[in-house]
Amino acid sequence: MKYITEFRSSELADGIISQIERRSKTPARFMEFCGGHTVTIFRYGIRQVLPKTIEMVSGPGCPICVTANADLDKAIALSQIPEVIITTFGDMLKVPGSRSSLQKVKAEGAEVQTVYSTTDALKIAEDNPDKSVVFLGIGFETTAPTIAASILQAEEKGIKNYYVLSLHKLCPPVIRALLDSGEVKLDGLVCPGHVSAIIGSHPWEFIANDYGIPCVVSGFEPLDILQCVTMLVEQVENGQSKVEIAYKRGVRPGGNQQALKLMEKVFEPCSAKWRGIGEVAQSGLRIRSKYRRFDAEANFDIELKPAVEHAGCICGDILRGVRMPADCRLFGKACTPQNPVGPCMVSSEGSCSAYYLYGDGLGG
Amino acid sequence: MCLAIPALIKSIEDREAEAEIGGITRKISLWLTPEAKVGDYVLVHTGYAINVLDQEEAKETLKILSEIAEGVED
Repeated sequence: MKYITEFRSSELADGIISQIERRSKTPARFMEFCGGHTVTIFRYGIRQVLPKTIEMVSGPGCPICVTANADLDKAIALSQIPEVIITTFGDMLKVPGSRSSLQKVKAEGAEVQTVYSTTDALKIAEDNPDKSVVFLGIGFETTAPTIAASILQAEEKGIKNYYVLSLHKLCPPVIRALLDSGEVKLDGLVCPGHVSAIIGSHPWEFIANDYGIPCVVSGFEPLDILQCVTMLVEQVENGQSKVEIAYKRGVRPGGNQQALKLMEKVFEPCSAKWRGIGEVAQSGLRIRSKYRRFDAEANFDIELKPAVEHAGCICGDILRGVRMPADCRLFGKACTPQNPVGPCMVSSEGSCSAYYLYGDGLGG
Repeated sequence: MCLAIPALIKSIEDREAEAEIGGITRKISLWLTPEAKVGDYVLVHTGYAINVLDQEEAKETLKILSEIAEGVED
């Protein structure tokens, strides 16, 4: 068992697709919340092989895409402090804030280093005791525990020059906000697999219970997605709405208790601003006062000008699933992966990037 | 961004492990999965194992997938 190739069998895929075609009678609109799922769906041409009864729509599950310009501006402002080294996951570099990007300020001389893991950022802090190392804490519940662990490691090792700008976001509250807006009508939700590896499947139950929407947690291989769609179709055809897991090898109903414990120890929920969606109560994580000395926002004074949105960019609407990338007049012209205007084109998991790389996925 | 890939744990020292990911060996952190053992496959996200993969469940899923696929031929 290698856990990868087994879940890419085209022979099995053919059989499962035939079964979905046979079983799906009712037109249904499913949202894949997670950008990682969007990538799998496009890469393997899954939209094209599903029957016409099934429509797949991408959701706001791309942490980079949903980071508000005002928050990006904070990161860019921190990079202007002379003794600060910004450390970040690579995807963040090209994302334009209101007036600049980390890539631009780096070219202008700011110290910005991309890292693979927070453990690398801790090492940079240890190697540069005369500098302040700020890690950009961007990510969902999958990533937040790793960043909590880095703060606890810094405490344990007595690293005094490591800080986190906590811009983490939580998925269940934003899905509630999206459903409450009434803009998006869904008949099923493909729940994010690696967020669920941490939080489990229970936090999705309100969607099935309060909104009557079938929920299935999916893995990221093509057969995982097909299994998930099969299970969603089955619920739709049976008039059910419950939470199921189609990714049992990686997700337990109760999640990862150790990860949840560390996350809870270091962070507490707070309101957060999502691009295109706005302020959502209890959908962010801030560093608890006990760990204030690691909190970049509490330890550095930065002056911010009011955030500015990019003219013509409709990333916000695309993130809510109400408009498609092709509806944007910048798409593929002024905005490409090489010269992105909006974050949905920067991130490899963004809808615009997926549409640009793989076509519209609808048989074109 | 929430990408996590399967890795095979080769050795463990304290809360760090050497793990094989697609033929490459690299260090990963076990802070989030203290229960992980040598020989386990874990899901690795940004250098941290975020869960131990369950081989029995994986086999069961593959069995279910085969049954779904074969169901068409009945």
